[in-house]
Amino acid sequence: MARPVTRGPRPSLTIPGSVSGVDRRSILRGALGTGALLAASGALAACSSDSSSPSTGSSSGAGKPGNVKFGINEARGSGPAYDRLAAIAAAYTQKTGAQVSLNAVDHNTFQESITTYLQGSPDDVFTWFAGYRMAQFAEAGQITDLSDIWPIDGMSDAFKKAATAADGKQYFVPVSYYPWAVFYRKSVFEKNGWTEPKSQDDFMALLKDMQGKKITPFAFAAKDAWAPMGTFDILNMRLNGYDFHMELTKGKKKWDSPEVKRVFETWKTLLPYHQENSLGRTWQEAATSMAKGECGMYLLGSFVVDGVPKDAADDLDFFTFPALDATIGADALDAPIDGFCVAEGGADQEAGKAFAKWLGSAEAADAGNNASSVPFIAANSGASTAKYGALQKKSVEVVQNAKSIAQFLDRDTNADLANTVITVSLQNFIKNPDDIDGITASIQQQAASILG
Amino acid sequence: MATGTRRRQSRRVETKRGWKDRLVIGTMIGVPTLLVFWLVWLPAAASVLLSFTRWNGFKFSAIEWVGTKNYVDITTIYPPFWPAIRHNLIWLAFLFVLPTILGMVLAVVLDRNMWGSRFYQTAFYLPVVLSLALVGFIWQLFYSTDQGLINEVFGSKVDWYGDPSVNLWAVLVATAWRHTGYIMLIYLAGLKGIDASLREAAAVDGASEVKTFFHVIFPVMRPINMIVLVIVVIESLRAFDLVWIVNKGRNGLELISALVSQNVIGEATRYGFGSALAVIMMVISSVFIAIYLRIVFREERR
Repeated sequence: MARPVTRGPRPSLTIPGSVSGVDRRSILRGALGTGALLAASGALAACSSDSSSPSTGSSSGAGKPGNVKFGINEARGSGPAYDRLAAIAAAYTQKTGAQVSLNAVDHNTFQESITTYLQGSPDDVFTWFAGYRMAQFAEAGQITDLSDIWPIDGMSDAFKKAATAADGKQYFVPVSYYPWAVFYRKSVFEKNGWTEPKSQDDFMALLKDMQGKKITPFAFAAKDAWAPMGTFDILNMRLNGYDFHMELTKGKKKWDSPEVKRVFETWKTLLPYHQENSLGRTWQEAATSMAKGECGMYLLGSFVVDGVPKDAADDLDFFTFPALDATIGADALDAPIDGFCVAEGGADQEAGKAFAKWLGSAEAADAGNNASSVPFIAANSGASTAKYGALQKKSVEVVQNAKSIAQFLDRDTNADLANTVITVSLQNFIKNPDDIDGITASIQQQAASILG
Repeated sequence: MATGTRRRQSRRVETKRGWKDRLVIGTMIGVPTLLVFWLVWLPAAASVLLSFTRWNGFKFSAIEWVGTKNYVDITTIYPPFWPAIRHNLIWLAFLFVLPTILGMVLAVVLDRNMWGSRFYQTAFYLPVVLSLALVGFIWQLFYSTDQGLINEVFGSKVDWYGDPSVNLWAVLVATAWRHTGYIMLIYLAGLKGIDASLREAAAVDGASEVKTFFHVIFPVMRPINMIVLVIVVIESLRAFDLVWIVNKGRNGLELISALVSQNVIGEATRYGFGSALAVIMMVISSVFIAIYLRIVFREERR
C-alpha cells in the first residue's frame, strides 16, 4: 500500500516515486518534520547570515562554495535515507565552511508538490530523479544548466546520458541508483537444482521446471499501478532495444506499433508463469510469496529486500533478465537514478552549482554511506564499496556492465501519460490479455491527445 | 402595488438605524459574501474556464485554449470515465438500499431498551468515528488475497480488492459497515423524539407493532427521512477516500472524484482535463441538489 518504513537493509535512496501510495504515517511525519524544520531552517538561516560565505580552496570549475539551501525528499528522522543526506550536507560544511540549510520534506509530499515548489522560492539544490522527470523541468526552464560541471570524475557515460536533457545539456548530478532484476532465494534454487538462466532456452526450461514442481515461477503484483511497468520495460528492452524504449517514451514511436504489440504478445505468453490475482496484490505481498518459496522469482527493483524478512533477505540473489532476441542482447536494464538538480528559481546559482558539483563526488557518497546504517549504491565509481552487502556489490557490477540504463517507464516518459494512461492500460492488459489491439490503440489515442 | 406609506415607513426605519448598525450589517453580509465568492464561486468559475484549456501548471502563459476537446476526449477515448459514472450510480443506489434499511432496522430494535442496548449502540456506531482511510486499512486485513481473514477462514481464493467484478462490492460492504452506524444513530435520535402517546394510542386501537411503525411512526419521522436522504446523496457523491486507499481509483474502482484527483494531484498535471472532469461532477451534483431543493421548498410551501 505504501512505501515501507525502512526495515532491514535498503540499498536505494528511495523507492520509485510512484511506488508510494499516500502513506498516512509518512504524511504526518512529513507535516511534523516540515513544521520542525521551518523553525530549524529559520534558525540556521539566522546563523548563516552573519557568517559571510567563506570560500576555501575547492577546485570546482563552476561557482564558489557559498551558503546553500538544500531541499531533500526525506523527512527529518525518517531513517537511513535522511541520515545519508544530512551527513552529506554536514560534510560539505566541514569541507568548505559554507552553511547548508536543510529543508527536509516527506518523500510523497515533496514529489507531489514539486511543480509548485519549483515555481515558488525553491531551495538552491534539491533532490530529484534522472530521465524525463528531469528533462521536463529543463524544458520548462525550472532547473539550471549544469553542463559546465560535467564531466564529473568517476561518472560513466551511461550516467552522463541519463543526466542530459533534450537540448544536449546536463541538468542533473546523479548520486545513487537501484537496478531492476530478477530476484530469487539462493536456498530455493539450490534445493531444486536450478541455476541462473543464461539464454532464452534456459529461461523457458526453468519456468517449465518450476511449474512442474508446483512453484509459481514469477511472483507478481499489480495493485500498485507502477509495478507492472517493470515487466513491460524489460520485455520492451529485450525485444526492441534501449533506443526503441527511449523513442517510445519520448513519443517518437507509436504505442500501437507492431513492436509494442509484440511486447504485449510476449508478455501474454509469459503471464501463465506469473502469480494469479496480481491486481489485488501489493509488491510487499508478492515479495513475501517469494520469501516463503511459493514463487521462484520476482522481477523488481532492489528495494525488494525491504519486503522480505531478514533471513530471506540474506538469502537473496539476482540475475538480469536474459536476452530474448540475439540481435538485441541483454545489455540494457532499468536502474532508476536519484540525484540532485539546481533550481533556476534558487537564490544563489553559483553556490548551488558548487554544491551540486561536490554532491556528485565520491567524497560526498562516502560521507553519506559512512553515516548511515544502510548504504546506497553510489553512482560515482570512485566511491568506497566497503559498506556494501553482497547484493549491492553485484548491483554495481551489473550496472557497470550494462551498456544502457533506462530510468523506468514512469520516469522516462511524460508524467501525465504514465500516471493517467499507461498505469490503467497495463492493468487492463493483465485483466484482459486478449485485447492487445484494443489496449494499444487506446494508449496511442490518448498519447496523441496528451502529447499533442 | 406596494403602498407609498409602507415604503415611506420602511425608509424611516432605515434612517433610524445609525451608521454603526449599518456598518455592522454591512460587514456581516459583506465578509461572508466575499469569502464565498473567493472560496467557492471564483474557483468554480476558474475550473469551468480551465476545463476548456490545456495547462501543465507552469506559467500562466502556457495555458492553451482547446475548446471542448477535453470533454470530447473524456467521453470518447478516456476508458475509465463511463465505468466511473456507473460506479457512482451503483454507489448511490447501494447506500440507499442496504445501509439505510439496515440502519433503520437496527435503530428500531435498539430503541426497545433491550438488555445491552447501550453496548450495541456503541458497537455499531464505532466505525463512524474511524476515518475512511482507516476503514480501508482494516478491511484490507479481511480482504487480502494471500493473507486476508476471509480467504483464510473460508479457504477461498477470491481476489477481493483486485478482481474488478467483485472489488466494487467489497468496498461497498466496507462503506456500508461504517455508514450503517451513522444512519442508525440518526434514526435512533428520531425515534427517541417521538411522542410516546402516539404509540399508546396505536396500541389502544389494537394496531400491531409493524402496522404502528409503518402507519404512525414512519410518517412522523418525515424530517429525519429527509436528512437521511440528503446524507446518502452527499456521501455517495463524495465517495473517494476508500477507493483511493485501496488502489487509487483504478481497476474496477473508478469514481469521478478519484479520476479528478488522478489527473491533477501528484505528478500528473493535466489541469484542463482534470477540471473538465470536475465540471462534469459539479453538473451531476447540481442535478441532485436541484431535486432536493425542489422537494424541500415544496414541503415548506405546504
